[in-house]
Amino acid sequence: MNSIARLELTDITKRYPGVVANDGIALTVAPGSIHALLGENGAGKSTLMKIVYGVVQADGGQMRFNGQPVTVRSPHEARALGISMVFQHFSLFDTLTVAENVWLGLDRHFSLREVTERIRAKASEYGLEVDPRQPVHTLSVGERQRVEIVRALLTQPQLLILDEPTSVLTPQAVDKLFVVLRQLAAEGCAILYISHKLHEIRALCHECTVMRAGRVVAHCDPTLESDASLSRLMMGAEPAVLPPPARAPGAVVLELQRLSLDSEEPFGTALREVALQVRSGEVLGIAGVSGNGQAELLAALSGEDRRAPSGSVRLGGADLSRAGPRQRRALGLHFVPEERLGRGAVPALGLAQNLLLTRDDAVGPLGWLRLGALRAQAEAIIARYQVKAAGPDAAAKSLSGGNLQKFIVGREIDGTPKVLVVSQPTWGVDVGAAAHIRSAILALRDAGCAVLVVSEDLDELFELSDRLQVIAGGRLSPSVPRAQATVELIGAWMSGLWQDQDKKESGHVQA
Amino acid sequence: MFRLEARPQPSVWWRYASPLLALGLTVLVGLTLFVLLGKDPLRGLQVFFWEPLRTPYALGELMVKATPLLLIALGLAVCFRSNIWNIGAEGQFVLGAITAGGVALLAGPDSGRWMVGAVLLAGIGGGMAWAAITAWLRDRYHANEILVSLMLVYVAVQLLAYLVFGPWKDPLGYNFPQTRTFEAAARVPRLFDGMRVHLGLPLALLAVAGVWVYLFRTLAGFAQQVGGLAPAAARYAGFSSRRALWVALLLSGGLAGLAGALEVAGPLGQLTPHVPAGYGFAAIIVAFVGRLHPVGMTLSAVLMSMFYIGGELAQSRLGLPKSITGVFQGLLLFSLLACDTLVAYRIQWRK
Repeated sequence: MNSIARLELTDITKRYPGVVANDGIALTVAPGSIHALLGENGAGKSTLMKIVYGVVQADGGQMRFNGQPVTVRSPHEARALGISMVFQHFSLFDTLTVAENVWLGLDRHFSLREVTERIRAKASEYGLEVDPRQPVHTLSVGERQRVEIVRALLTQPQLLILDEPTSVLTPQAVDKLFVVLRQLAAEGCAILYISHKLHEIRALCHECTVMRAGRVVAHCDPTLESDASLSRLMMGAEPAVLPPPARAPGAVVLELQRLSLDSEEPFGTALREVALQVRSGEVLGIAGVSGNGQAELLAALSGEDRRAPSGSVRLGGADLSRAGPRQRRALGLHFVPEERLGRGAVPALGLAQNLLLTRDDAVGPLGWLRLGALRAQAEAIIARYQVKAAGPDAAAKSLSGGNLQKFIVGREIDGTPKVLVVSQPTWGVDVGAAAHIRSAILALRDAGCAVLVVSEDLDELFELSDRLQVIAGGRLSPSVPRAQATVELIGAWMSGLWQDQDKKESGHVQA
Repeated sequence: MFRLEARPQPSVWWRYASPLLALGLTVLVGLTLFVLLGKDPLRGLQVFFWEPLRTPYALGELMVKATPLLLIALGLAVCFRSNIWNIGAEGQFVLGAITAGGVALLAGPDSGRWMVGAVLLAGIGGGMAWAAITAWLRDRYHANEILVSLMLVYVAVQLLAYLVFGPWKDPLGYNFPQTRTFEAAARVPRLFDGMRVHLGLPLALLAVAGVWVYLFRTLAGFAQQVGGLAPAAARYAGFSSRRALWVALLLSGGLAGLAGALEVAGPLGQLTPHVPAGYGFAAIIVAFVGRLHPVGMTLSAVLMSMFYIGGELAQSRLGLPKSITGVFQGLLLFSLLACDTLVAYRIQWRK
């Protein structure tokens, strides 16, 4: 590749109050290359990409695009240059439809109907399921990301930036996306690919730049590296090794039977005849592409949705289908939701106060709060789960995603649950924190707790689960032991394709 | 030129400084206003900020007006912290005055001192009942509580007018639209001879302590606020949003009703069409200027009371219209909302 670099960054620096997010970054991306940007959360990757895309302005440094020095002052200018970006945190307006959102980012000379048609065409071309007329607020996380990807592809970019794009796709869809990306690259489009998933980077990317703490620490050819060597570059240390699988599981603790429930959301997925069992001392993983009933299933499990038919949710034999979250917690069912800020924790309140959402150890008679005990409890969890926080009074929103997740998981585990239901335990969490959270979940399992993990990250599910089930279209597949599960099988099930004989098989597997 | 830049953390310093800066700006605009109206600005300042503090009697008057403002604001703060927008405290105040007045009219010359207690309880009940209509409509039919509570103010005012022009009119009152003056047994006792300060002041201070404890030292108060800060977190925790709605509205209705009862059975001594003096609306400003914090609201209630008295004095001393009170109250709220920007943002000067 002797041609002029598509993108060349020199000495890019960006300071935020109290932190240098980017410190003298240099990066060169050739046309037609897929360039990985690897680093833990908070390493400065997102800031760098926002500078390239014009969302934030660098304090110093130079950017060249196709050899020309450019100053990108806004995403609009970036798109005019031919730079497109798919964000990790979506930039969609909730109240508008998919087509209207895409329309906002395009040149105005298209009519809404043309845009709708082009979305349909592009989406089916790349196998991305998107209904252009659906309002965005009714879409799940995974569906929103699909909208973002389609939107980026519609602008025929010369440089496409993808921030963690595969976390919500089925393995088949990831493969399809990779086909698309390789094709785009072959057509001469440069791709900047941000990810934590080391094997994806090794499978897809031609070059890799590693960032740590706002600096570029390495540049390598990922095809010549191993997962271990890449993660060592990224973290500067080996990730924690997970303990081996536990002993045989015990009695059934949590049981769902014929749980059918219409969604509370207008475009949600209704649950159909969902049945599952979780035994003490085992982890059941629920795989599936988001928007297939996970939110509904979790709400019915946690007690946030109390409309489940009676007898459909049982905990240790007791019927819990109509019980609220507090009653369920009192019986030993704890829940870690997918949304950390705003659901798992109140953003504006301190960590100690956030304990009160699910823990009443520091609550005395008549609901009197013992603040000293509360802070001590928070301090203990912060220390035990290595949460990086200013202290027990630090506002939840001041913590990074990974640290807040460690705190929330710690809060629930500390309540000595009989059943722990966890949704997306490590979504958007850096590798170090993710390993920590996973080993905490496994330690809990080994202590005899029944664990149900709902995740869209197959690697994570294979790592954590003793058995796997797949949710698709509001129905739940039979269960399969991890040893017998393959990515191909789970991937096929994610599309709702499982055979009736699997049911018989699973009956004998569960016995 | 300057631009606003988001602070990494909201500034604690500005959270306290912002109300003071807002007060300063209000005074500044007020002075300009006096000058433009051809009045001596120093005399104006004196009328608003010195005369209400000058004598023990004036101080007492300050407290008389601060009492209802504080009581109502305390209830509103619980509502606003729960994200329940009760704008109709004025109506709950009026209903409290009506029910309290109704009970007070039952008292005869030989009624015992317990009558005061009955009057105040009736006021609390009246305010609660009025707020319960809003709570029920929102709970049962998802009716917007802002509109319902506000509209009920006008219903309450008409109800009062009907009573004092009709069935409750004093037959010996020269056809004035007012009730009999209440018997002494039904009147709220004064604290000191020769001053109008009454039992309401210690009751309001008691309410300050009560609301503070509820909000910051009990799980119920915590649950109440989580519902306002992050509804999804409240659902996750299992805190009932219906309970939060009813508690907030009944509490604020009860406190507004108590304020109404104290007002008619205290300084007024009878029901007249002039019972609704705008305390219910002014208390919204008191609540926000006081940062929805019981101690802060105690200070802002005194400040707002000063504006009421200053406005009255400005009429008699300076010949200014009565609406000057409203102008000052509005200025203060606007300045505060503007200054609050500095809590979350800082100003960056640019060349």
